[in-house]
Amino acid sequence: MKNNKDNWDTIIDTKRSLFDISFFFNLYKYRDLIYMFVKRDFVTFYKQTILGPLWYIVQPLVNTLVFTVIFGNLAKLPTDGLPPFIFYMAGNVIWAYFAACLNLTSNIFVANAGLFGKVHFPRLTVPIANVIISLLQFAIQFIIFTLFLMYFIYSGSDITLSFNVLYLPLILFYVAFASLGFGMLISAITAKYRDLTFAMSFLIQLWMYVTPIVYPLSLVPDNYRIFVALNPMTSAVEIFKYIFLGESSITSNDIIIGLLVTILVFIFGFFAFNRVEKNFMDTV
Amino acid sequence: MRKVIEVNNLTKEYKLGTIGRGTLYRDLQSLWARIRNKEDPNSIIGKSDISSFDKKSFLALKSINLDIFEGEIIGIIGANGAGKSTILKILSKITGPTEGIIKIKGRIASLLEVGTGFHTELTGRENIYLNATMNGLSIKEINKKVDDIIDFAGLEQFIDTPVKRYSSGMFVRLGFAVAAFLEPDILIVDEVLAVGDANFQKKALNKIESVSKNKKRTVLFVSHNMDAVEKLCTSVIILDKGRVIDKGPTKNMIEKYLNEKNDIRKKFKKITWEKSELNPGGNIVRLNSIETKNSNNIIIEDFLCNEEVIIETNFTVLKKGFQISCLLEFYCNDKLIFQTFDDYINGEWGKQKNYDLGDYKSTCIIPKNIFKIGIIDINIIIFIPPGSYHDSYQVSYPTKSIGAISFNIKDIETFDKSSGSYPFNLNKDAIINPKVDHKIKKI
Repeated sequence: MKNNKDNWDTIIDTKRSLFDISFFFNLYKYRDLIYMFVKRDFVTFYKQTILGPLWYIVQPLVNTLVFTVIFGNLAKLPTDGLPPFIFYMAGNVIWAYFAACLNLTSNIFVANAGLFGKVHFPRLTVPIANVIISLLQFAIQFIIFTLFLMYFIYSGSDITLSFNVLYLPLILFYVAFASLGFGMLISAITAKYRDLTFAMSFLIQLWMYVTPIVYPLSLVPDNYRIFVALNPMTSAVEIFKYIFLGESSITSNDIIIGLLVTILVFIFGFFAFNRVEKNFMDTV
Repeated sequence: MRKVIEVNNLTKEYKLGTIGRGTLYRDLQSLWARIRNKEDPNSIIGKSDISSFDKKSFLALKSINLDIFEGEIIGIIGANGAGKSTILKILSKITGPTEGIIKIKGRIASLLEVGTGFHTELTGRENIYLNATMNGLSIKEINKKVDDIIDFAGLEQFIDTPVKRYSSGMFVRLGFAVAAFLEPDILIVDEVLAVGDANFQKKALNKIESVSKNKKRTVLFVSHNMDAVEKLCTSVIILDKGRVIDKGPTKNMIEKYLNEKNDIRKKFKKITWEKSELNPGGNIVRLNSIETKNSNNIIIEDFLCNEEVIIETNFTVLKKGFQISCLLEFYCNDKLIFQTFDDYINGEWGKQKNYDLGDYKSTCIIPKNIFKIGIIDINIIIFIPPGSYHDSYQVSYPTKSIGAISFNIKDIETFDKSSGSYPFNLNKDAIINPKVDHKIKKI
């Protein structure tokens, strides 16, 4: 019986196995496809008009300015003793990467319906390529951030850079991982409930305000602290601020909670994604 | 022979209408109602049962069982909605089955659409890599093949140009070339050869054939083009309304399919139109009726093979001052077997008398002992000379070769026919079967 089964390379049936080890093997086999997707998006980006890349520069600057004026100057929210402009910009830059990845991933089925209906490949290659290509946006905004950071350091602000900045890739990996997890989960839901697609930009906006971007974590009262820590982006934003600006009240407890939530969401999102992937084409 | 695909009890159900309730809002509304033990505001009136909501469904495939062996080129034919594409989609894992199991040996590549995933900003070469990696090849493998692919597509000059500058023909050639060189164990092809010029179609068919013959690859081929199926396939599966009707040698299956199709769509004896603007034709000539008669002037559909066939076409001339010429095309199994021309050919093209307004009748008599046994379809074309073929035709009915009207040629028991007393069937490839003066004498 076992031999008999081994003779077949592929078996297509109705079983919806939640976890299939061959999935990761497949994903590895298709690594060149991920590379090609990234290359494709890079070429498209490159061939865009000047306005596209310019938008990446304008967006964090405008956001930061608005935050500085409203939350810094008018609301007078504290910024852990840091210059408000660079404080808001740090939060903005790392958040923009998360928001971009989340947006792309959560819309994956609807945006790629035409392609998914004609050829089979591990669908996860698309969001993975997305988080990689979104690094381009991050890189541009990060350079702007670095320029301002340099300016503030030279103009005598109390900021000292340390070797902690080398943790940046780790943070990016964490953010990408979290956005994939949430994105997969949301994509599975939007595949069924189309009305959620319209709510996405609003939800992301809302999410930003519960993340310590316009206010420091130290402002959060202790009895609310646990809710803020449950948000995986709290630790990402705070660690980012810590390694570049040297100020944050994040604790290892907060980080562990955030990490656990991220891992759980990723596993859950992965299963949901796999389940929807199989028969999604019937519902488009 | 080794079995490479085994399909057991494959069923695919599509839900009709809305899927679920479609929106989160309505789902929550229903949930909230159930929590409070109220009636679900979204349920169908009189049915509180949730599952009844999803009852409307459509079976695209019904318990399909199939075995496909190595090296076979299988044609899948059937009317629209028979389930051809659904089978291919399930085999290529684009959608899952509702019931049943499919077992496959070897790597599958499918070409459900030419140039899937091509990005218009990328060059031809970049698209080759993108498309091939989508089908599971690694960049290393593609490096080895890329020159062959470019060569096959005949695009050496343009390969580093973005495909948005390509003509549609070039696009198709590139798309097919990539698929042709994927070298899967099983290749799935869906009606993709309908595009591209005749030359490339031929090249593509040859490529599929040679791949299958030389390398023992299996090919599944869906097409409405019976010529292509006949040329390419070793056997054919007929699908109808989600069931396998028959599987067997290509020729038999195609004949069977065409005959079944014909019975439904063909018109016999006589067709008439009310005299109106909807009649087939243009602003100069319109058809009124077509009928088939025997030599006794009786309208019939079944002719004996040793009988004359008379085709009468009535038409109205709506504008003065034009010349008119009528041409008939005779088809058998969707293949043109011959054409006839009216007496206009006795004079010079474009230099004959003009027609007056009024009704006319064209009568065409086909001598006895011409046709093979079977169903013959007729198309009618009316020209307004002079002018070239395209700008001078006024009526072409019907526009596709299913026949404006059809008649049936039947065999007879006596020897007074073309094949006389020959006891065996004539070669099936013959398209007509005329009785001619052919004698043998001692010299």
